[in-house]
Amino acid sequence: MIRVDGNGAAGSLIQVRGLDKTYRRGNEDIDVLQGLNLDVDKGDFVAFMGPSGSGKTTLLNLMGGLDVPTRGTISVAGDEITHMSRGKLTDWRARHVGFIFQMYNLIPVLTAFQNVELPLLLTKLSKAERRKHVEVALSIVGLGERLHHYPRQLSGGQEQRVAIARAIVADPTFLLCDEPTGDLDRKSADGVMELIRRLVNEHGKTVLMVTHDPLVALQANTTLHLDKGVLVGRVSQREALHEIQQTHSG
Amino acid sequence: MKFSRLILANLFRKKTRLILTIGSFAVALFLFALLGVVNDAFSRGADVVSADRLVTINRTSIINTIPLSYRDEILRIPGVKYITHNNWFGGVYQDPKNFFPQFVIDPENQRQVFPELIVPDDQWNTFLKDRQGAIVGAATMLRFGWKIGDRIPITTTIYGLAGKPFEFNIDGVYHGEKPEDDETQFWFQWEYFKESVPNSIQGQVGWYVVRMANPDDAPRIAKAIDNMYMNSPYETKTETESAFAQGWVKQFGNIKFLILSIGTVVFFTLLLVTGNTMAISVRERTNELGVLKAIGFSDRIVLGFVLSESIVIALAGCVGLLLAVVCIPMVGRALAGLLPPLFVTAKTLAYGVIAAIAVGFASGILPAYGAMRLSVVSALRRV
Repeated sequence: MIRVDGNGAAGSLIQVRGLDKTYRRGNEDIDVLQGLNLDVDKGDFVAFMGPSGSGKTTLLNLMGGLDVPTRGTISVAGDEITHMSRGKLTDWRARHVGFIFQMYNLIPVLTAFQNVELPLLLTKLSKAERRKHVEVALSIVGLGERLHHYPRQLSGGQEQRVAIARAIVADPTFLLCDEPTGDLDRKSADGVMELIRRLVNEHGKTVLMVTHDPLVALQANTTLHLDKGVLVGRVSQREALHEIQQTHSG
Repeated sequence: MKFSRLILANLFRKKTRLILTIGSFAVALFLFALLGVVNDAFSRGADVVSADRLVTINRTSIINTIPLSYRDEILRIPGVKYITHNNWFGGVYQDPKNFFPQFVIDPENQRQVFPELIVPDDQWNTFLKDRQGAIVGAATMLRFGWKIGDRIPITTTIYGLAGKPFEFNIDGVYHGEKPEDDETQFWFQWEYFKESVPNSIQGQVGWYVVRMANPDDAPRIAKAIDNMYMNSPYETKTETESAFAQGWVKQFGNIKFLILSIGTVVFFTLLLVTGNTMAISVRERTNELGVLKAIGFSDRIVLGFVLSESIVIALAGCVGLLLAVVCIPMVGRALAGLLPPLFVTAKTLAYGVIAAIAVGFASGILPAYGAMRLSVVSALRRV
């Protein structure tokens, strides 16, 4: 259940309260997010849409512990992350967040296996255990046969699948996807979205996704619209579908 | 260890750059070893001398002689155990470029004063009985392919003996106890020398070497010797063998300073080159470092990655030291006689490795610190 009024249940997986983010450029303060409230439950799949500069990626970065807010709080599974030190936040990210980026961001000198193994190097798992986890993650994304391929030997869709395997291999609390299909053709994008959808439906993952593509947002349970740093609308899957059909028939 | 694959993968990302950077280290370390060897060669005299020996020379200069009669007087000073005397012969074997040091020695006491230069007894006994006999260091024997029993002609231009060849029979070979001992010398009998030189030189020796019972007595004995001949026509200057050797090296100029200056410039240049390489390497993968941080790699681990890379490059550059170990003795053999034996000591190798690690660390620390302080959000924005 997604709520944006600041009155979500205490047991929500992610609780955002009164979130402000201001950047200073020269003498000017730029308010990127203003007084944002959000509650996301475990297993939810939320898409954020909005024009460029509306604060979508900033919100994602804040919820992923990559950046710190100017005001407000973010709690994830009971951990208040907004006041954590840089080091603690890094540890927290390793345990709780799986990142999926638009440009895949794989390490080009490592194979698919080695890229997926990266988050596990920070755990106490043995080499054999790490190997097992990596093989499972790559088989979930359908790349069990491409363990030893380098990113340059894979298609864009396959690279993004490897990135997804890297995001899920350490079994994080939630996944943050920043334009996961932004660099893919429609067919590959559909494949990636089907995979993310499966992670939600079959593996119970919580996913927060930024996208510009309404068809991609359609895969989410709820789409939230941001404009100038404020949540301006909330659209259910059914409403979004109706909206798209109208756009295409018009 | 589990991060080693990532570190190596990053190192091999640009193979040409890696090879060139390691090559820079290798060349610098080779040069370091070479300078170290030259420095060792010049200062070895001071390093290998015995603590229980004093050298007495003419106060004016070592080229001025002192009377042979001093020998027995010095021997009577309490604490003096043995004394021997030497003269510089300055001879030429076939060609001036075939230089090696020849010393006129006092056969009765040479072995007591220099016990570390070992001659087998049978060879020594043959030498004692042979007025034209000579004992030659193993390195010089090897250099000229001489054998025991060979007859060697040597001419000298000093002592008024120009043009008069001296003939020597090689009766024995000495070896140093330690590898750094000088094995280039050529010794021959005082009696043979004395009967050939003009009368005015017959009772004159080049210098005395005194062996003491107790090294702690060095200041007292040195003072006693010099006081004994104060205001005489042949005043003396007595100092420890170490001080004498250092004084000898100083005549070539401040070798140590020269070597230190060259070494400093080389390593500073290497530091700038490697530092620049590491900075470029980090800048090229800012985005990847951002990804690593995003997925949970701490600032310290990222710092460690970059530092490890620069230190691994530095250690790989130690191949230059290995090259030096192989090549420098070859150069030494080619220059035999012009310089003392050239070889890379374990100390030089250890300093080389330490210097490499220090430069690797210093060149990596700034880029590593930059990588450590990198903000994840801004790093991810860079493509």
